[in-house]
Amino acid sequence: MNSVRAIVIGASAGGVSALFSVLGALPGDFAIPVLCVLHLPDDRHSQLAEVLQRRLRRPVREALDKARIEPGLIYVAGPGYHLSVERDFSLSLSQEEPVHFSRPAIDFLFESAADAYGSELLGVLLTGANEDGAQGLLRIKQSGGRTVVQDPREAQVALMPEAALALHDPDHILSLSGIGQLLATLEPSAC
Amino acid sequence: MTSERNTDIEIRLLIEAIYLKYSYDFRDYSGASIKRRILHAMRQFDCRTVSSLQERVLHDPGMFLELLQYLTIPVSEMFRDPGHFLALRTEVVPLLRTWPSLKIWIAGCSTGEEVYSMAILLREEGLLERTIIYATDINPHSLERAKQGIYSMQVMHEYEDNYRKAGGRRDFSEYYTSAYGNAIMDASLRDNVTFADHSLATDSVFSETQLVSCRNVLIYFNKGLQDRALGLFHESLCHRGFLVLGSKESVDFSAYGERFEPLVRPERIYRKT
Repeated sequence: MNSVRAIVIGASAGGVSALFSVLGALPGDFAIPVLCVLHLPDDRHSQLAEVLQRRLRRPVREALDKARIEPGLIYVAGPGYHLSVERDFSLSLSQEEPVHFSRPAIDFLFESAADAYGSELLGVLLTGANEDGAQGLLRIKQSGGRTVVQDPREAQVALMPEAALALHDPDHILSLSGIGQLLATLEPSAC
Repeated sequence: MTSERNTDIEIRLLIEAIYLKYSYDFRDYSGASIKRRILHAMRQFDCRTVSSLQERVLHDPGMFLELLQYLTIPVSEMFRDPGHFLALRTEVVPLLRTWPSLKIWIAGCSTGEEVYSMAILLREEGLLERTIIYATDINPHSLERAKQGIYSMQVMHEYEDNYRKAGGRRDFSEYYTSAYGNAIMDASLRDNVTFADHSLATDSVFSETQLVSCRNVLIYFNKGLQDRALGLFHESLCHRGFLVLGSKESVDFSAYGERFEPLVRPERIYRKT
C-alpha cells in the first residue's frame, strides 16, 4: 500500500522554496521518479533543473520529449511546453494553448500521469496563486491514485491548495515537512 | 475507472474511423496530447461521448474538417526562437550560397509564419530569387491561411521583436502593409513558394532538397512516426543537406541519430552525414 511507481508535484507562486523543502527530505537512494511542473517566468524556468540539482545534490533533468522515465531521477518541465506522461512511461512535450495562463500546465501532467500510472501514482499540489492542478489532482484520485495537498494555512499562497480542496478530499493535507516525511517512507512498486 | 477505459477505447475507434474514411492518420501521434484535443473537441461540439462524435464525423465530411482544426495545433509565430534564425543566417546561409539553386522544404508549415520568416531571411541574404520553397501541411484551412499571409497587427509587433533578435536588417514593416488591424504580407515573398497538402504519416518524398525545416511537429508523433518523418527528410536531403528542428526536438534518440551530425546543436541545426 505504501508503494508507488511515480510522484508528480505541481506548484506556482512560492513553489521553488516549497519544492526544495519537499525534495530535500528525500533519502539519497530514493528510487521513485519525481515529475514536477512549476509555473515560472520563462527565463528563470530554463535554469530550474540546474539550480535544483546543485542545491539537492541529486540528479535533476529538464524533461525531454520521448525520454523514458528512469527511477531515481527528478524531472522538471521546461519553459513554453506542456509536459505529459505517455502510456509507455515516456515523456512528451506539446504546445497546446496555455491552461490557466500556464504552459507548462500542472493539470496536463497530472491527468496524463493518472492515465499512465493509475493507482500507482501519488500527486502533490503545493503553494500557488491560481487553480491549475486542482482538476488534475481530482483525476489522480478518480484513477485510484493517492493525493496530497499542502496545508493552505501554511502555504505561501493558499489559492492553489484551496482550489484543490474545493474539488475533492485528498488522502493527506500536510505541511511541507509532513509531505517530505511522507514521501521519504514510500517504496518503489515493482514493475 | 470504467468510463475512463471506455473513453480510451472510443478514442482508438475514432482515430481508426478517421483513417479509414478520410485517410488522415493520427494512429501514431503521442497519446496524451491527442486525447486532450479529442476530449476538448467533444465538449465544443456538445457530444456526450467520443462515440457520438465519431458518428457525426463519419457521416459528415464537413464535421471532420471542423474536428481537424482541433486535432492539429496551429501555434506558430514568426522568427520563433530568434537564436535559431540567427544561427541559420550566420552558420547555414554561407554554405547554402555554394549551391546554384536551392530547394527548401518547410514540413508542417501550419498557418505560414515559418514560411514568411524563411522567405524574409533568404531575401535579405540575396537567396530568395534562386530558391523554391515547398510549404506542406495536412490541414487545408491552415494552408489556405498560409497562402493568404494575413496576420493580426497585434502579433506583428511581437514578431518584430523576434525579427530584430534574429538578425533582421530592415524595418520589419517593409514586409507587410497594414489594413483594418491586419498585416498583409508582401505577396512577392511567396512568388517561389509552393503550398501543398502532404502528410508525414502517409505520403512519401516529392523532391530533392538542400534544407528541411520541421519545427514543433515531431513532438506530436510517437517514436515510430518520428523515425518515419526523419527517414523522409533524410531521403529528401541532398548530400550534406541541412535539417532544422524545434527547440525541444532532436535526432539524438531516433533511428537516424548517426545519420545527421549537429552543426549548431543548441539551435537544433543538423547536417546529413
